[in-house]
Amino acid sequence: MTDRPRISILGGSGYTGGELLRLLLDHPHVEVAQITSRSQLGNFVHASHPNLRNRTKLQFIAPDQLAPCDLLFSCLPHGEAARQIDHLSTLAPRIVDLSADFRLRDPAAYRKWYGSDHASPAWLDRFVYGLPEFHRARLATAKLASGVGCNATAINLALAPLATRGLIRTVVADVKVGSSEAGAEPSATSHHPEKSGSVRSFAPTGHRHQAEVRQELGTFDLHMSITSVELVRGVLCTAHVTPTQPLADKDLWKIYREHYGSEPFIRLVKDRTGIHRYPEPKLLSGTNYCDVGFEVDPDSGRIVVLSAIDNLMKGAAGSAVQCMNLMLGFPETTALTFSGLHPL
Amino acid sequence: MSTPATTTPNTAAATCECPECAAAITLSRIPMRGEVLRCADCAVELEVTSTTPLTLALAPEVQEDWGE
Repeated sequence: MTDRPRISILGGSGYTGGELLRLLLDHPHVEVAQITSRSQLGNFVHASHPNLRNRTKLQFIAPDQLAPCDLLFSCLPHGEAARQIDHLSTLAPRIVDLSADFRLRDPAAYRKWYGSDHASPAWLDRFVYGLPEFHRARLATAKLASGVGCNATAINLALAPLATRGLIRTVVADVKVGSSEAGAEPSATSHHPEKSGSVRSFAPTGHRHQAEVRQELGTFDLHMSITSVELVRGVLCTAHVTPTQPLADKDLWKIYREHYGSEPFIRLVKDRTGIHRYPEPKLLSGTNYCDVGFEVDPDSGRIVVLSAIDNLMKGAAGSAVQCMNLMLGFPETTALTFSGLHPL
Repeated sequence: MSTPATTTPNTAAATCECPECAAAITLSRIPMRGEVLRCADCAVELEVTSTTPLTLALAPEVQEDWGE
């Protein structure tokens, strides 16, 4: 037994649960107490997360076996945490929910974007949107934090410096994503003969993460298209911005430096030489970084902003652990400084 | 495009501004005319076009040309 905070994971057999566990096992200030899975009940966690073999003796337990803990990560499917939040709040004084259930403040948005009414709308205002780069001060005192949408995170971090300065008139965000966004459950679209080699446009319009971008960045003219490409992990956002005033590359350097200068996980990538001159999701696999770059078309004035993340990390488990660090008063970067692999 | 530098003998031989991204470039010695430097922020190659005053200009670069 230790006096370190006890952390449990609800619904831990999926990819985000595995990434959470990987990060928490290397965290020097917390102890992973329990992890649940109905489908993997009784199995050692390495049955679902083979990279964690010999890292822990934890076995999956049933959700009703969860004991009280200091902080609970919920990785339940969308809708479940909203239905169970009254019960979950009796298990832990702090909760980080990685589903979409508590990301949006407006209950009507759930009907519009998720197709049904929210099961516990009174709880929505009690959660802080779990992107530390936007809500660091509130998260430091928060008891409840939401997760973030991976595609929304790539867009939000790409555009925040421009949006907060009122510099966006219109934006078209073209987002390429890896297959792990679809989760660990197989489907017809993930069947190898269908998936392999495909470039599948699965949401040319109407992706639900649009709601998170609108909530966090405000009401400019926003268009999103999402395409599944031949990646397991990774998101590359290419946002085409029509600005409200002419801007040159040097202006953007100044704006982005001012906005992100001290952020530990945001890096500006805009090199004039070398192979990787702009953000590249492959280099970010397993890391909590978001790389951001940009370029102005001098003829049209269009600004192209690029951002790359690992969807399972900065777009899910990494940001969630960053939130936990803030909520528990640990250095924000604890257990999150893995630099990735190169070559990969 | 070129940018004249300022000399700061106590901390470095010279500092100047990158003509590409406006980052501050600190030099430990006065470079030679024609020498190529690199900006740490944007990685652009910068040619020293003059030493009195110290002036940097964007060096020519090889363009990628996929799809031709």
